[in-house]
Amino acid sequence: MRRGLLVRPGAWAMATLLAGAAAQAQKNTADGIAEYRKMLEDGNPADLFEAKGEALWKQKRGPKNASLESCDLGKGPGVVKGAFVELPRYFADTAKVQDLESRLVSCMQALQGFDGAAIAGTPFGRGEQDNVTALATYVAAASRGLRFSLPQGHPEERRLYEVGKRVFYFRGGPYDFSCASCHGEDGKRIRLQDLPNLTKNPGDGVGFAAWPAYRVSNGQMWGMQLRLNDCYRQQRFPYPGFGSEVTVALGVYMGVNAKGAESIAPAIKR
Amino acid sequence: MADPMRIRAQAQGDKAVVRVLMSHEMETGQRKDSAGKTIPAWFIQEVTASLNGSPVLTAQWGTAVSKNPFMQFTIRGAKAGDKVSVSWVDNRGDKRTDEATVA
Amino acid sequence: MRRRMMLKRGAEVAAALAAAGLWPAGAHAAWAQQAFDAKGFAEALKALGARTPQESKDVTLTGPDIAENGAVVPVACACALPGVKRLVLLVDKNPNTLAAVFDVSDAIEPQFATRVKMAQTSNVYAVALMDDGQALFAQKEIKVTLGGCGG
Repeated sequence: MRRGLLVRPGAWAMATLLAGAAAQAQKNTADGIAEYRKMLEDGNPADLFEAKGEALWKQKRGPKNASLESCDLGKGPGVVKGAFVELPRYFADTAKVQDLESRLVSCMQALQGFDGAAIAGTPFGRGEQDNVTALATYVAAASRGLRFSLPQGHPEERRLYEVGKRVFYFRGGPYDFSCASCHGEDGKRIRLQDLPNLTKNPGDGVGFAAWPAYRVSNGQMWGMQLRLNDCYRQQRFPYPGFGSEVTVALGVYMGVNAKGAESIAPAIKR
Repeated sequence: MADPMRIRAQAQGDKAVVRVLMSHEMETGQRKDSAGKTIPAWFIQEVTASLNGSPVLTAQWGTAVSKNPFMQFTIRGAKAGDKVSVSWVDNRGDKRTDEATVA
Repeated sequence: MRRRMMLKRGAEVAAALAAAGLWPAGAHAAWAQQAFDAKGFAEALKALGARTPQESKDVTLTGPDIAENGAVVPVACACALPGVKRLVLLVDKNPNTLAAVFDVSDAIEPQFATRVKMAQTSNVYAVALMDDGQALFAQKEIKVTLGGCGG
């Protein structure tokens, strides 16, 4: 993925200045960044994707010419509010634990007749995969302000939590990174990005509670699947398959750890 | 046809604060694709707004306005129930108009 | 010192009013190609037909001190005085300095907010072009920095 950004000499000078600066100067920068983020909160372009997702939820589409309004996201057919903060969870009809995006694809297949495997194989930002992102934004928005409470009553839910934990600590790739390399402790950051500790509840609206999010740097809407895909890219791992058990397991691990945290999705990010 | 805008218009005393989010790439014409070819500029050039059918605002934009543009302005003499309409035209001649009611 | 510099620059610029036929604005001005192609604060203002711009506390430019990402920088411009014809936003060090031009009518407040792209740390200007021909401005330096991995 090309960043495609212009070289910014001013920014390099800034980085050097910050590196050598006293803690005081760094605190001011952190405040400045916080102010910048606050200024962007009103008028989040994620709203555009939320609106698109709502239209897609209600629209009759696909070979079966049906809407998604009877899709069961875990709280009963058609219940959207509150569903996001209880995902991933076990679904009897598919006999597996699913996260929001993979569950949406299941519904698109079962109710609308789309080819789920084909959607999973479509790159992010294209075709039906783009629609899944918009739908995920809509569903997440309906739970804004609610607190995460993933169920762990089913053996499969508990198994995936343990799998997720193992995956989280699994080191590999040319740099021997694991998720824990960046997200395994308090107080870590990369340049000016604070890295949440995902082995526990990192707080309201942080980490798992902040995705889907609109990324201003590339003007893209990112769901958790793309977020994880990009994490693996940065670790120089092979990309996980869309909706694969690995990605769902990580969602269970992070989501259960974040129990009680308030969701701010869809959020706005750098 | 371009994706719809999100328009929120809120009455504040005898004025209405209007916030608009538009769906547009706002391509600068500076970027190159992976093959090295310049991606052509594609951006909103003109924005207009009206209150109950009467024009109140005209703006001209360049490529420096961010992707998925946001704009906020305040209309005088507006009240709840009034209709606010916002339109844009881009450099390809594509257009979009959306409406909202002052809340 | 800066004022002297601005005046000198303004004198060099010297009202070329009909440069792009933009100011005063026509009822439906064509898109200001020349102004949007201009590089640098002085050239862009000249292309808009502005006179020597004067720094003024009656013009406000609001924005963050530091932008985490130059792709989206929230800025707002306003002018407290009556008689504003246009409010203009410029980013000095952008490849094309002029970002946006807002025509002010009696039906709206002379204040606008939007988000602009900044190529690098730069001075950002809000200029109020007045009915009486004055050009008043406010400026702020906004730092642009690269962030981390986007988390």
